[in-house]
Amino acid sequence: MFSKLVNVPSGAMIPDRDIDKSPILECINLGITFGGLKAVENFNLTIGRTEIAGLIGPNGAGKTTVFNLLTKVYQPTKGTILLDGTDTHGMNTIQVNRAGIARTFQNIRLFSNLSVEDNVKAGMDNAMKYNMWEGIFRLPRYHKEEKIAHDRALELLSIFDMQDLASAKSGSLPYGAQRRLEIVRALATNPSLLLLDEPAAGMNPSETAELMENIRKIRDTFQIAVLLIEHDMKLVMNICEGICVLNFGHVIAKGSPEEIQANPAVIEAYLGKKKEA
Amino acid sequence: MAILMNLINGISLGSVYAIIALGYTMVYGIAKMLNFAHGDVIMVGGYMAFCSMTYLNWGPVPAVLLAIAVCTVLGIVVERLAYKPLRQAPSLAVLITAIGVSYFLQNAALLIWGSDPKVFTSVIHIPSQRLFDGQLIITGTAVATVLSCVVIMIALSLFTGKTKMGKAMRAVSEDKGAAQLMGINVNFTISMTFAIGSGLAAIAGVLLCSAYPTLMPTTGSMPGIKAFTAAVFGGIGSIPGAMIGGILLGIIEIFGKAYISTQLSDAIVFAVLIVVLLVKPTGLLGKQIREKV
Amino acid sequence: MKKKFRAAGKTARSNFLTFGIVVAAYIIIMALQSGGMISSAMSGLMVPICAYIVMAVSLNLTVGIMGNLSLGHAGFMSVGAFVGVITAMSLQASIPSGPLRLALSMAVGGLCAGIVSLIVVIPVLRLQGDYLAIVTLAFGEIIKNIVNCLYVGLDKNGLHFTMKNAMALNLDAATGKKIMQGPMGAVGITKLSSLTAGFILIILSLIVVLNLINSRAGRAIMSLRDNRIAAESIGISPARYKIMAFVTSAVLAGMAGTLYAMNFSSILAKKFDFNTSILVLVFVVLGGMGNIRGSIIAAAVLTVLPEMLRQFADYRMLIYAIVLILVMLITNNPRTKQLLAKIRSPKSGKEETEHVL
Repeated sequence: MFSKLVNVPSGAMIPDRDIDKSPILECINLGITFGGLKAVENFNLTIGRTEIAGLIGPNGAGKTTVFNLLTKVYQPTKGTILLDGTDTHGMNTIQVNRAGIARTFQNIRLFSNLSVEDNVKAGMDNAMKYNMWEGIFRLPRYHKEEKIAHDRALELLSIFDMQDLASAKSGSLPYGAQRRLEIVRALATNPSLLLLDEPAAGMNPSETAELMENIRKIRDTFQIAVLLIEHDMKLVMNICEGICVLNFGHVIAKGSPEEIQANPAVIEAYLGKKKEA
Repeated sequence: MAILMNLINGISLGSVYAIIALGYTMVYGIAKMLNFAHGDVIMVGGYMAFCSMTYLNWGPVPAVLLAIAVCTVLGIVVERLAYKPLRQAPSLAVLITAIGVSYFLQNAALLIWGSDPKVFTSVIHIPSQRLFDGQLIITGTAVATVLSCVVIMIALSLFTGKTKMGKAMRAVSEDKGAAQLMGINVNFTISMTFAIGSGLAAIAGVLLCSAYPTLMPTTGSMPGIKAFTAAVFGGIGSIPGAMIGGILLGIIEIFGKAYISTQLSDAIVFAVLIVVLLVKPTGLLGKQIREKV
Repeated sequence: MKKKFRAAGKTARSNFLTFGIVVAAYIIIMALQSGGMISSAMSGLMVPICAYIVMAVSLNLTVGIMGNLSLGHAGFMSVGAFVGVITAMSLQASIPSGPLRLALSMAVGGLCAGIVSLIVVIPVLRLQGDYLAIVTLAFGEIIKNIVNCLYVGLDKNGLHFTMKNAMALNLDAATGKKIMQGPMGAVGITKLSSLTAGFILIILSLIVVLNLINSRAGRAIMSLRDNRIAAESIGISPARYKIMAFVTSAVLAGMAGTLYAMNFSSILAKKFDFNTSILVLVFVVLGGMGNIRGSIIAAAVLTVLPEMLRQFADYRMLIYAIVLILVMLITNNPRTKQLLAKIRSPKSGKEETEHVL
């Protein structure tokens, strides 16, 4: 029923960004069915190399499902995902991460018995090369790589000013710090596309404002693309350069924050249809 | 004819496993714990029936009833004293406690009745049935075991499906918190589950000892492990699963003994279990749980 | 910078303490033994204690660090024990040195346990929770059952194996020697194990396990335990690390098995049954999940405890059972937990990752 309302421009959402480069992510007609229910259908999205994009929509619209499709927690039943031009078909979660997608989770999933630093270091596992024996017998490569990992972990933690918490148990951190640590852990895998699932959930306005700044900082420092799911409209409208609106598994609108705010289909999806007199 | 004979023996042994497995599965479903002491309740049931028949000269029926009563009370007491305080504890702590209870029951039995095996007189006085001119002999114990198993299965299905208590049990096993909010007395329901499970164990104990008449403090442990295997085989937490798992296990064991190797029959049973779990990771009738991301 | 150093130093200090306790205990016992201050019953327990310590440390790697409940650890011990015995007997003529023969037997025993664990690891990768626990139990029982039917003999033509009976070995009458006789177990073992051998094996297993835990592999294994989905999302492969942990654990258990078996003149397959697996699991749980030092202490104390309770004669196993139940009830009581947390809070350890399964 919404497909009639969709006015989807193909190609990058923000044509004037990254115009000279190929996009980092392209989803083409992506879809998944759970036992007959089409959770996501005909999902098309293109994200530029250093774009901050938002994925919004009412509860149950299929936003997290899109993340799960991109990270192959679910295998899409239809469509193609191109990451930096490479088809991710047949890859699993691990391979997709190695190819450059890292994510955070809506319900926090930290390694709660590990220290903050070890959570971040776990994210660097693929970058480390020393093997089991070098680890057991503490050979030179172990010391060298652990030292690099330690320094890098503290450096990454300093983005959120968390370096002093490095030896704390991650499960004992306050909620907001846990969300930030998840972002740091994802960054530790050296991604080219960062997926943030409701990064501001449960944060107060000043924390949210700080987070906003930091997301921008991350993009600028690491020159990566960010796709975020968020219900905080102020945050989304403020930092996203392109926004995609999902409802009942369908894209109902795409465009710049201004365009989205003015789009009648979006307003209807969020506020309901006006009764016709 | 030999195949038929083995099949009947297998179903008979499997019925005992099924009755024990029902107890395992009910307790698992509701308390989410592997009650390793369950096998030893079987042994207690066996000894109770044995004592009342040998020392008190009771008839089989009161002896069985006494065994059931004692085991039911035992189940409730053990749950209250050892498991209830650990309801919020990690499942491994509960597992170790259950092992402690198992050691306790075995060693208490060792102190009371000694380590030498007792010869159990069968409580079943149904004559053996000779069919096909005596080529096929069905023992009275086999008939009684299979019949009890069928009766118990039907009774349990009706109980969990139709009665208020049974529905409460299903509700508690789905979600303890929600059940409590709906006004179900969770503690009482769990006690009842242990009571029923232990009562069934007593019946299984009597049937087991009637078929294999040696009674020792460790009599219950191997059937206990086998029944636990049967419960997992069928999908732990599922009542029909325990039934099917138990009977299949019995048949596999007897056929393994008859046609492959007597000594390796246990290995065969466990190997089949592993293969089944590799194909169906939650057992034959177990629910597939998918973690939500 | 200072903080950084302290964070890195904490684990090192904790590990140092663990090694220190083991070395100190070894020196004290050696001193007492040479002074004749240890009863013969107690001295007879020394090698089993060492074997159980290695078992507990290795099982903690599977249960505490990896988070997979295993009820069949004794199976690997069994493989190591009997393969070790066979190796030692086969090498009797060619290697006269006892310690060297023991070391080689342990290596072969551990290796074979590791190979067997590669089969067990397949379901470990597919199954979860209690289903996995039952499969490990099943494997333990299968190993016990097979070993129980195995006949092995040695003559001038080499080793002979059969599952039928001793006659089927077809041993050469003059040079033949039966090593394993089915349900009668392995007999005629030359005792090679000693407290020193046990001590060396403990140190070796501590080096392997503690350093493994405190390396990228340990981090990856623990991250898979804490949250598999998140671990996969950062590119950590469950298969690779679970195999690593599980096989390491099995190899150590196999070596402990060789140590154990070479302490007796005969050994039965039944010795390594479900109850032994459970016994080791009890050490791990009481010592604290993931707490290696705790495993060592629990294994030593609980192996000695029944011996200490000997004065209660017939009641000792009953008392053991009651102690076990009471310890679980007390340590899991919310009030005692609060109390413990209060005592611990000023110096909450990083290594002692108490994990809730």
